[in-house]
Amino acid sequence: MRELSLHILDLVENSLEAGATQVEIEIREDLKQDLFCFRVRDNGRGMDEDTLQHAADAFYTKRCTRKFGFGLPLLKAACERCEGKLVLESKPWQGTIVTTTFRYSHWDRAPLGDIATTIFLVLAGRPDVKLYYRHWVDGKSFEFSSEEVKRRLGPVPLNHVAVLDWLKGYLAENIGHLYGGA
Amino acid sequence: MKSLADLENLRQKAQEAMKVREGMKETKVVVGMGTCGIAAGAREVMSAILDELAKRQLADVTVTQTGCVGLCEYEPLVDVIKPGQPKVTYHHVDPEKARQIVVKHVVNDQPIGEWVITSR
Ligand code: FES
Repeated sequence: MRELSLHILDLVENSLEAGATQVEIEIREDLKQDLFCFRVRDNGRGMDEDTLQHAADAFYTKRCTRKFGFGLPLLKAACERCEGKLVLESKPWQGTIVTTTFRYSHWDRAPLGDIATTIFLVLAGRPDVKLYYRHWVDGKSFEFSSEEVKRRLGPVPLNHVAVLDWLKGYLAENIGHLYGGA
Repeated sequence: MKSLADLENLRQKAQEAMKVREGMKETKVVVGMGTCGIAAGAREVMSAILDELAKRQLADVTVTQTGCVGLCEYEPLVDVIKPGQPKVTYHHVDPEKARQIVVKHVVNDQPIGEWVITSR
């Protein structure tokens, strides 16, 4: 995939397919250590030892109609091309954690891309899910909690058209700010 | 810059608007977000649909996503489900087609036959 934020969307969709009601996304961009990493943690069904062994293996998950997509082997390959790795941790009924690392400056590392839209669409499409997002870029950070927004909205649904409009702008502005943008 | 404090105001406005639409039947739009769908541009498609709805302030439409439906080669896929009508599935949707689907089908009730896969 041409953006890491599309891989992140794919991981979140896997989590939702696994019945997750809570998803945490963390992104760290550390230029000093030349490291780019992200982690997606969910409270979904998880996987047993055997499934876990093969989940990121392209040979076993080639068919897309499997329970978790073939996005995982793609992502693993992307990490490994960039001197990083993908670590998958899971236990049945205890959720799944996918952690990735990349060498920040590696020529083959895809850009993060439009992460604001990725987060926005998960909120828009699955307002029932608890979504936590933390993003560090060197010294700066941005944190977002869907639950904090819901608390402030009271009876107004998160996917109300006016709320969505606000969320889209809020995420784009605050994430843009991490890069020194407006 | 926008801040969480804006939500107070938004909440009041939205609550007033909600009283008006109470009891209205909802149209559902579903975007396929399996790995193939995402690779084929489903994110931009969903984004275009939400943008078009926001422009028109269409409050009685919900957009959601679904996982893999096993139709890789037709992705991005978009379903439109109007109350009391059968589901209509569009294939190979791009952002431009998505906007037209909102205008013609969601708003004006005219499905775009040539882009439809099945109408069950
Ligand atoms: S992701 Fe390709 S058919 Fe499901």
